[in-house]
Amino acid sequence: MSQPTLVIGNINWFRYASPQAFYPLAGAMIPWFAWAAALLCVAGLYVGFFVAPTDHQQGESYRIIFIHVAAAWMSMFIYLVMAFWAGVGLVFNTRLSGMMATALAPTGALFTFIALWTGALWGKPTWGAWWVWDARLTSELILLFLYFGFMALQAAIDEPRRADRAGAVLALVGVVNIPIIYYSVKWWNTLHQGASVNLTSAPTMAATMLAGMLLMALAAWMYSIAASLHRVRSIILERERSADWLVKYRHTAEP
Amino acid sequence: MPAHRAFHYVRDSKTRMLSVLRTVIHRDLLLALRRRADVATVLLFFVIVVSLFPFGIGPEPNLLRAIAPGVIWVAALLSCMLALARLFAADFADGTLEQMLVSPTPLGLIVAGKVAAHWLTSGLPLVLIAPVLAIQFDLNQSLLGVLALSLLIGTPVLSLIGAIGAALTLGLRGGGVLLALLVLPLYVPVLIIGAGALDAAAAGQSAQPHFLLLAALLVLAAAFTPWAIAASLRISSE
Repeated sequence: MSQPTLVIGNINWFRYASPQAFYPLAGAMIPWFAWAAALLCVAGLYVGFFVAPTDHQQGESYRIIFIHVAAAWMSMFIYLVMAFWAGVGLVFNTRLSGMMATALAPTGALFTFIALWTGALWGKPTWGAWWVWDARLTSELILLFLYFGFMALQAAIDEPRRADRAGAVLALVGVVNIPIIYYSVKWWNTLHQGASVNLTSAPTMAATMLAGMLLMALAAWMYSIAASLHRVRSIILERERSADWLVKYRHTAEP
Repeated sequence: MPAHRAFHYVRDSKTRMLSVLRTVIHRDLLLALRRRADVATVLLFFVIVVSLFPFGIGPEPNLLRAIAPGVIWVAALLSCMLALARLFAADFADGTLEQMLVSPTPLGLIVAGKVAAHWLTSGLPLVLIAPVLAIQFDLNQSLLGVLALSLLIGTPVLSLIGAIGAALTLGLRGGGVLLALLVLPLYVPVLIIGAGALDAAAAGQSAQPHFLLLAALLVLAAAFTPWAIAASLRISSE
């Protein structure tokens, strides 16, 4: 049986589906993404805290959005990426895909937690309450539970391949459920308390505010990629520790 | 294969599948009948959890009337979840599950039969006892039917979704608590819509949209979860 190939620019990209080929590639990419994350983060925070004007309605407290919005976007996006890799692993039986899904979960949970925490910090001065049973907050909380469930299930299974596949089913079931959860929560919320808090009708945003937010969102992207690549390398080391290629690689590349 | 033979083949395989389904349901009901204590335990758990709330919150009738739908629905959720642990456990332990995995009948069908039998012995009793508990909370009598109907449509969804979790956690250490972590977030829509039916009816609105949404969830779950359950069972028993 011939190997599947995907050739773009003289490189067969499917080669990197094997942990052996991906491990050095990930190692080479991590510094780039990590530095990009650091620089973008510094730039974004500078724009956010020193350049962007004070909001005429919310005062200085609105500046939490420079962290909050980026974290909230990442929290949802990472779950989709995680489910994508989990699904790829389940369908094509590729080892690296499952490892990637496992590596993404803690970063996704971290961003979900940051989004909830900064949301509470913003909610207290703005709404007068740390927590409101708003549709977005509630579905973000359930998203955090879904991440925890995924991580707990994988942690409970000793055999890595079973952990990957079981986690994949759970991640896919979760992805199907997320829209249902979101709309049911939204609907429940409007049914119970009425639209006392409306997040959607935000005032139009100054260009510098938007720039700061986008810089921070890019920083969050870069950080997520760097962190999950680093984690996937650790997972490869752990699972392939007795493989020949790894023993050889460690003797030659990392003396 | 000639056309008439093909027709017979399709018809035969259909009747064979139905007879497998009937056999699975019959077997699991018989097993449940032999171990009646298991069914009773879940039911008692439901009754006790519901009865605990007035002790914690106080006997104020207006308050109890307001929280009754939520309390009964949450207790039903927890009871369904507790009952899940034994859905595949016995078959897994004595090797029956492996026979089901290698059988020529589609695993999804067998699983659907098992979930149906499980609902009959764990979900249906909750539906029947819930109105009695609601009377303890002084719920308006016109709402008792709404409560029973919402549970009747909602609890099979809980069994179907929960079965995925039960299959994934099969034979794992700490399976019970893990199952709760996996399954409870996925139960949220059913809880919201189910308890919402009572709130709507109590506010004088029609509960029909809620019933239709619950029915939609049930149809979706019945169509898709057997595949996910079957895939999870294969993963867990590799």
